[in-house]
Amino acid sequence: MENKSLWKKITGSREALLLAILVVMGIFITILNPTFFSPVNIGQIFRNNALTMIMALGMLCVMLTAGIDISITSTLAFAGMTIGMLTKYNIVNSTLALFLIAMVMGCFCGAMNGLIIAKGKVAPIICTMGFMYIWRGMAYVVGNSQFASGEDVREFAEFGKDGTIGPYIILIVCYALFFWMLKWTKFGRKIYAVGSNAEAARISGINVDNTLISVYTIMGTLAGLAGALSVSIYASAQPNMQYGREMDVIAACVIGGVSMSGGRGSVAGTFLGALIISIIAKALPLVNVPSIAQNTVKGVIILVVVIFNVITQRMVDRQNLERREM
Amino acid sequence: MKRKVVSILLTAAMAATLLAGCGGSGAATEEAAPAAAPAAEEAAPAAEEAPKAEEAPAEEAAPAEEAGAEAAEAATGGSDVSGKTFAIVVKSAGNPYFKKAIEGFTEVIEGNGGTVVVKEPSAATVDAQITEIQSLISQGVDSISVAANDENALQATLQEAMDAGIKVNCFDSKVNADSRMTFCNQAGITEVGQALIDAVLDLSGGEGQYAILSATSQATNQNSWIEAMKSIQESDSKYAGLELVEVAYGDDEPQKSTDQAQALLSKYPDLKVICAPTTVGIAAAAKVLQDQKSSVKLTGLGLPSEMAEYIGADDAHSCPYMFLWNPSDLAKLAAYSSIALVNGEITGAVGDKFTAGDMGEYTLTDGGDGGSEIILGPPFQFNPDNIADWKDVY
Repeated sequence: MENKSLWKKITGSREALLLAILVVMGIFITILNPTFFSPVNIGQIFRNNALTMIMALGMLCVMLTAGIDISITSTLAFAGMTIGMLTKYNIVNSTLALFLIAMVMGCFCGAMNGLIIAKGKVAPIICTMGFMYIWRGMAYVVGNSQFASGEDVREFAEFGKDGTIGPYIILIVCYALFFWMLKWTKFGRKIYAVGSNAEAARISGINVDNTLISVYTIMGTLAGLAGALSVSIYASAQPNMQYGREMDVIAACVIGGVSMSGGRGSVAGTFLGALIISIIAKALPLVNVPSIAQNTVKGVIILVVVIFNVITQRMVDRQNLERREM
Repeated sequence: MKRKVVSILLTAAMAATLLAGCGGSGAATEEAAPAAAPAAEEAAPAAEEAPKAEEAPAEEAAPAEEAGAEAAEAATGGSDVSGKTFAIVVKSAGNPYFKKAIEGFTEVIEGNGGTVVVKEPSAATVDAQITEIQSLISQGVDSISVAANDENALQATLQEAMDAGIKVNCFDSKVNADSRMTFCNQAGITEVGQALIDAVLDLSGGEGQYAILSATSQATNQNSWIEAMKSIQESDSKYAGLELVEVAYGDDEPQKSTDQAQALLSKYPDLKVICAPTTVGIAAAAKVLQDQKSSVKLTGLGLPSEMAEYIGADDAHSCPYMFLWNPSDLAKLAAYSSIALVNGEITGAVGDKFTAGDMGEYTLTDGGDGGSEIILGPPFQFNPDNIADWKDVY
């Protein structure tokens, strides 16, 4: 009897399931390439996907309110390009200042999204689609047909260089902060409330508009931070940076069990989802999947994981229902 | 009823747009004429000496005559192209390489009295280029120079342009022989392949494993250079010690290129050289190698400004030397050949000769694909001795 409830507890947790998927993937990859889980590779997985992992946290908040933000990589490029140019022309050279500038810019971009979505009642995908073009366009305007790379960003790139711990610290701090925020703060619970049932939240005295504006502002700030990190890690700022990668971020959340219709999702799940996406990206070239087939394989893996996830979720729901009937 | 009226109006509007599009050449010339006139006057003394003043065939297809451009037309002669419009279509906006190209193109065309139309698609896709070229056809420009995002996909659009009397050439990345009149090749495919494989041979110390980090798997240039490298390697026994272990594709994207470069390093512990014939790929690989203090050496094609940080002969630098050409010179060549095409000096046939201003005389040679090409020259080597001079240029 006790065994059964433990089993239920395990199958009842999506995070546990994701962990299982990760382990299976890990075994599979190790068979194909025994050296995959070396410390160097693991470090690189986190460094190269720090951007996706950080932005997934913001996307989690946005998706909890049943929204979506597809302007994030444009915000990232706008912020990243701006600080790239600032340091290229030696206007600002302090690493901290550049990070702050990128975050403030991202914060502004996100707030614009939030204001229009909350006050203007525009559908999130439409509003952020507009800004996706606007901020990407601004990145080109700011860049004025120049890249910043190599020598231009030498000092700034020291922060994200292979072997430094800066990106890891940012990653850990972000995840700890969001874990705490979503689980234990009033604001965190408000986000869940708004996403589960906005009307009920409104009636119970939650300011829905302010909550929406906040989550998009948070998302923007994280995108700005990711912009700075991107420039630092890759020593390169170009206006098309991370083009199309917003889908990786959304995929990370979806794999992590965040519901598109809001109200359901966790930091732990998002982390595991992002980790699965990152491992896929890292492993595909290493296990001899031909270069030209890598995207296809990636898509198939994402779909399989999500379908698996959805089926289990349905099973859990049914179990819960049965329990209630009894 | 109402709907019918609306649809008739719409049809009428579309027809009008079409007509306006066809007549656009005249209108464009008219607009361009006042701007071009002062330049034409300045150029007039030089133009008088030019022999082809009368011979220069006016564009039959374009109704330029009605365009009140007679004043400018009177001064036309030789390579003077007052009143003519030359379009340049690059791969994508925001790329310093093409910015230099546009500058070079504009310098030559405006220096000869012509007008330049610059089209920079926001994404490096072929659909974006098709849209831009279609708008150029309806504008009625005299010539289009394109750096193609795809070798074959532009065929229908470019043939439509040529049918409309527009001279079409390409530079940097070619389109197939049916879609162009000629191609300004930055460096012959064999020359680039030769330079790269020799660099690999040199850096590997004569034998060992090497890998290639390319752009996308469809990139015309990269694929032909890689093919050239392979066939040169097979044809000469001095390359027998080299082994190409993999061609990886970083899609010209820093993050993916970084992933791919790191993957190469961990997959092939005995790797000696990475050759990245693409600017984004080489910069990403250079950073990976240099950060990891790897003993693997790098060469390929890169922008001096992006690579200055990584070029050096010692172990602290990952790239001893690399190659590229001058995008500005390439675009100048494209501009001169466009002028020669528009003035009828060349038709795009193999063996045609023309003078590219102070760059000297060029001959159209067989491009190996049924079309003609004009080769700029061998690729230029950037090494620790000259990189400091070039990094500020482009």
